[in-house]
Amino acid sequence: MRLQYPTNIRIIEVPCTGKVDIIHLLLAFEQGVDGVMVVGCLEGDCHYTMGNLFAKKRVNRVKEILDRVGLGGERVAMYNLSSGMGGRFAEIVQEMTDRIRELGPSPIRKAKGGAARPTGEVAAS
Amino acid sequence: MIKAKEKPLAEIIDMVKDFQKVLIAGCDGCVTVCEAGGFKEAKVLGSALRLFFTQEGKQAQIDELSLTRQCNKEYLEELKEKIDQYDAVVSVACGCGVQFLAEMYNNKIIYPGVDTCFLGVTDDRGIYSERCQACGRCILAETGGICPIARCSKRMLNGPCGGSEGGACEINKDIPCGWELIFHRLKTLGQLERFEKPVAPKDWLSSRDGGPRKIVREEVQI
Repeated sequence: MRLQYPTNIRIIEVPCTGKVDIIHLLLAFEQGVDGVMVVGCLEGDCHYTMGNLFAKKRVNRVKEILDRVGLGGERVAMYNLSSGMGGRFAEIVQEMTDRIRELGPSPIRKAKGGAARPTGEVAAS
Repeated sequence: MIKAKEKPLAEIIDMVKDFQKVLIAGCDGCVTVCEAGGFKEAKVLGSALRLFFTQEGKQAQIDELSLTRQCNKEYLEELKEKIDQYDAVVSVACGCGVQFLAEMYNNKIIYPGVDTCFLGVTDDRGIYSERCQACGRCILAETGGICPIARCSKRMLNGPCGGSEGGACEINKDIPCGWELIFHRLKTLGQLERFEKPVAPKDWLSSRDGGPRKIVREEVQI
C-alpha cells in the first residue's frame, strides 16, 4: 500500500490488546512517553472474544488516573481496526501524533531532565 | 472474604502529597482476591503517585511491596528493617491490616489506601456482594443457608416485611428480598414448615452491641 505515517511511533506487539494492563500503560508514562495508543481488533471481532473490550475499560481507567495526576487523559487512546485497515492505521497514527504534538511533550520527560521530543511517542499493538 | 474497594486517587494524593518517601504496602490476602489491594494494585497506585510527584516537580521515592497478610504479626515483622526508610506508609490492606500495621509500628504514619466494605463473595470478576455481617451467632441452619441479617435490609428475623415487591427489596429494586430468597430455598428443600416456627429474638451481644469482640482459644495457643 506504500502508506505514509509518522515515523516517531514505537510499535509494541502483543498477542491481543487484552494482554495490555493498566500498569503497562502507566509504566510507559513513567518512562516519559508522550502518549500511548492501544490498537485492538474491531469490537465484536476479537479472536479471544473479549480482549479488546477488556483493553477499552483499562484504557478508560488509565485516562482517569492520568487526569487525576495532572498528565491529561488525552495522552492515551484506544482504537479498533482490523488487520485489513492499513489506510485507517496510517490515519489514526497521524491523528494521535497531531493530538500529542498539540499537547506538547510529556511533563514527566521534562521533569526527569530528558530532552523534550517534538512529537508524541506512540505505542500500538 | 473481606471485600474492599480502592480509595479515590485524589484522596490518597491528598494524604501523601507532603511526604518524600512513601511505601505502598499491599496484602496477598482478601484484598488481592477482590483486586483492590494486592501487589498489582499497589504497583498501579505507586506508579500513579510517582507520575503525580514527578509532574508536580517534586522529588519523591515511592516503593511498593506486598505482605502475605497484614493481619498476622509475623508477616508485618518483615517490614521491621525497611519501614524506617519511609515517612509514611499507605496500606492497601483491609481496615484490620491498616490498624495492625499502625499498632506494630507506633511511630509511623499509616494511611488506608482502600475502603473496606463488607464480608462477601465474588459473584463474578469485579462484582462482589455481601453475605455475612459477622454477628457472632450463626442462624443459617434455621434459614435455609441464607442469612436474614446480611441479606434483609431490615435484618428481620421473621420476614418478609410488607415492603418487598416482585422479589425485590423496597429500599432498592436491585436488592433481592432476603426473605423471599429464604422462602424459595426452604420450599426447594421441602422445609417450609420452618416458616411456622418463629425465630427467637437474637442476642445482639455477640454482635457489635457487646462492644469490640475477641476470640480466645486456649487449645490452639502456643
